[in-house]
Amino acid sequence: MEKHNTHTHDGEHGSHGGSMKSYVIGFLFSIILTIIPLVVVLNDLLSKTATTVLILVMAVLQFAVQLVFFMHIRDEEKPRFNLMALIFGLVILLTIVAGSIWIMTYNAVA
Amino acid sequence: MLDKIKQFASEFFVTGDPLILGAQVSIGLSLVAIIFVLTFFKKWRWLWTEWLTSVDHKKIGIMYIIASILMLFRGGVDALLMRVQLAAPELEFLHAEHYNQIFTTHGVIMILFMAMPLMFGLFNIVVPLLIGARDVAFPFLNSLSFWMFFFGAMLFNVSFIIGGSPDAGWLAYPPLSEMSGSPGLGQDFYIWGIQISGIGSLATGINFVVTILKMRAPGMKLMQMPMFVWSVLSSCITIMFAFPILTVTLFLLFIDRYLGAHFFTLDGGGNPMMYINLIWMWGHPEVYIVILPAFGIFSEVVSTFAKKKLFGYKSMVFALMSISFFSFFTWAHHFFTMGSGANVNAFFALTTMLIAIPTGVKVFNWLFTMYQGRITFTTPMMWTIAFIPCFVVGGMTGVLLSVAPADFQFHNSYFLIAHFHQVLIGGVVFGYFAGLYYWWPKMFGFRLHEGIGKWAFWFWNIGFYVCFMPQYALGLMGMTRRFNEYDFDMGWQPLNVVSTVGAFLMGLAFIFQVWQIAHSIKFYKKEKDGDAWDGRTLEWSIPSPAPLYNFARLPQVTSQDEWWEEKQRIASGEPAKPLAPLEPIHMPKNSSIPFIMSLCWFIAGFGFVWDWLWMAIPGMIGVAICMLARSFSYDTDYYIPVDEIERTEAALRGTK
Amino acid sequence: MAHAVSTPAGAHGGHGAGHGGGHHDDHHDQESLKMFGFWLFLITDVILFGTLFATYVVLRLNTDGGPTGAELLEMNGIIISTFLLLTSSFTSGVAVLEMNKGNKRGLILWLAITALLGASFVFLEVNEFMHLVHEGATIGTSAYWSAFYVLVGTHGLHVSVGLVWMTALIFQLSRRGITPVTKRKVSIISLYWHFLDVVWIFVFTIVYLMGVM
Repeated sequence: MEKHNTHTHDGEHGSHGGSMKSYVIGFLFSIILTIIPLVVVLNDLLSKTATTVLILVMAVLQFAVQLVFFMHIRDEEKPRFNLMALIFGLVILLTIVAGSIWIMTYNAVA
Repeated sequence: MLDKIKQFASEFFVTGDPLILGAQVSIGLSLVAIIFVLTFFKKWRWLWTEWLTSVDHKKIGIMYIIASILMLFRGGVDALLMRVQLAAPELEFLHAEHYNQIFTTHGVIMILFMAMPLMFGLFNIVVPLLIGARDVAFPFLNSLSFWMFFFGAMLFNVSFIIGGSPDAGWLAYPPLSEMSGSPGLGQDFYIWGIQISGIGSLATGINFVVTILKMRAPGMKLMQMPMFVWSVLSSCITIMFAFPILTVTLFLLFIDRYLGAHFFTLDGGGNPMMYINLIWMWGHPEVYIVILPAFGIFSEVVSTFAKKKLFGYKSMVFALMSISFFSFFTWAHHFFTMGSGANVNAFFALTTMLIAIPTGVKVFNWLFTMYQGRITFTTPMMWTIAFIPCFVVGGMTGVLLSVAPADFQFHNSYFLIAHFHQVLIGGVVFGYFAGLYYWWPKMFGFRLHEGIGKWAFWFWNIGFYVCFMPQYALGLMGMTRRFNEYDFDMGWQPLNVVSTVGAFLMGLAFIFQVWQIAHSIKFYKKEKDGDAWDGRTLEWSIPSPAPLYNFARLPQVTSQDEWWEEKQRIASGEPAKPLAPLEPIHMPKNSSIPFIMSLCWFIAGFGFVWDWLWMAIPGMIGVAICMLARSFSYDTDYYIPVDEIERTEAALRGTK
Repeated sequence: MAHAVSTPAGAHGGHGAGHGGGHHDDHHDQESLKMFGFWLFLITDVILFGTLFATYVVLRLNTDGGPTGAELLEMNGIIISTFLLLTSSFTSGVAVLEMNKGNKRGLILWLAITALLGASFVFLEVNEFMHLVHEGATIGTSAYWSAFYVLVGTHGLHVSVGLVWMTALIFQLSRRGITPVTKRKVSIISLYWHFLDVVWIFVFTIVYLMGVM
């Protein structure tokens, strides 16, 4: 396998970013963040609102775990176009979901 | 057996209307003529190797532009037909169903198959040149984008003569567009044509964002890029985030129609308002997608023909990017009247008003650029100057419409029609014409005849105002859109007649443009060198038309308006920089996969429209095979050797 | 644009000299260009799924008097599916580690395990859909079920496409080994795979957990 001298374009996706340790930690986090919501929901441990908030927060945290441990988002070199695109995308995503929920509250069918 | 065939043919082909019969005959004859010409002049191989399998952005750009001009013709004819029908009360030129098909196709064609491809064509012919690159980031994907557009447009257009046109409006609101309201095939042609074409658009968005962010010439910082490049970047970012919404919405409508789902139906818990909500979440950014590059063109043209650096570069960039971002927050102003209530309406009224501000900043900056400049009134400059008052008025009527309570009067009236045509024609069309005239010499090596161009310009402008100013008044008088006829007592006829005259003036203008192109080709005058207008940006530093590889040596950029600065340095006697030695240039090979894959999509779409799974499934399998073929192909590029570069450069630059 | 040379080392050295112009960066940039382009494509897919989620949330109560999710959805199968997919995300990461070590057999092995886990996921999902249809909940039963099938089904389709892609890639790896081009292809598919896991986390939470609450 050839080595590139100064052009470490490999760096941002794999050779520096990943190690067995980080993947195992990420995997374990994901499992925990899945088990918690399951236990809370299937055993009716909290009120409806509290459960909803909890499981959504867990989902978002697991998303962050994927980004950091598996997709190596922190390893990007400047300018961080990937991160910018992601943030912009998430803002639009929230607009689509929240905007639709808001508008459709007034447009619901019987 | 013969009866069965006749029965099938009568359902397959659209029958019964002399206009449509005429179209079918002329399409058939044109096809025969094209095949004859290609065979007689033995040009099939040339067509395949030079155009259909090309991944060269310059050729792809030209193909986009040719397609868009043909679509402008069809969309324009639709407009003239409507204007004829409306010239007199209770005319029976176009029956209601036919009228519905015509306003539907007029809208879809003009926005999706005329404006978008013309825009993509301009992106393709010049963005790599402006940033000193040799091609876009993904040339194969670029070709795929074009052919997806082409076959999507073909699928849509074929509905006119096969199966029947869609007739539920350009945005196909349910429940009218559901099976219950539109049991025919037209609506399915609509869905598949736009869906296939939309995939191409999304791919182009990604392609140009990567190209602009990653392939600029060495030294060209983001804040040194030509303004057109910034406008393409902002438009493509918007494309990336808006088009997936369209893809989903059309897909859901298709699932409703094809599998009996209940997303937008009136029964089964469906909610048609969700469609309206989603389609405008795409629809509003879409109009900003098409206007932002026009703004970019104006910036290029104004600074070139006022011989002055663009005023307020930073604020121009900020305006472009904020328009792109905020365009995602105004969509509900398209359905103020549809029951979302005061809170929702107030929010979106506010965001709509706010988004006018950055555009205002840009207008002032163009004016300040022109102030104390040395202006030459070439056709591109004339289109730009005409745009300013036209678009400003159109934009202001937009602000009038944004006042939600007032919109309850304006909504779906001719006031609305006049507004959006004003910003689309006065902004988008004028802008793309300016770009076409400005970059034509770079594409083809000759310029278009200025005199005929000025006739076209004046007919377009006068025709525009004569056609659409009366429509504001008609709207205030209560005339509603999409009526195919009106009563004599309404008193609407005089203004309608005036409007029809204006429409035909624009039709005449189009004929002038066609004549201009034909005349300029016939009396071909080769450009002396690549710098047709004493330009400021890098595309003018290479020969016209540009060689395959664009730049023999990648330019080293140190400032904004790099080519202008370079010319000033040469003029002031600075010694020329030593030229770096030529190196072999890495180029992508042609590929037949984009054409074939898009054809497979066409076949699949056609099959789904007719519910012929024996056609649809093989079509989709064909798509998959094409993708796998591409994945398995590793021999996809080559090098242009140095001696070939030397020969090409000598030939192009030697004839000064 | 794929890399021009399939033999390692060789041609790179020839262009490797310090010429700062874009040409030298051409080949190397190709792979990172494609990574960036794919990342952007994933963001558009985020918007695509976001729109499907918005539709689901808006229509989640529209069962038109028919069966609800709470009545018919079975969590046991979903728990298994979720852990299968989660694990496959981990195994795809291990595959990339093998690739970075230059271990072609390890890479192919762990990719194959990932694909197997993914295939099991799809198998369970198809089973689930068949069960639901059998219980009287089809895509046309009500708006809720339309939204359910399209959201969950679109994810399943993405996984299925990924499986075909992974298989094709395994073939290419066995023929050509680990090269800059195949490395990029593996990196891209593993990014895709992680993305699908993220989408599933939200499907699992919003459709299934909130559905049975």
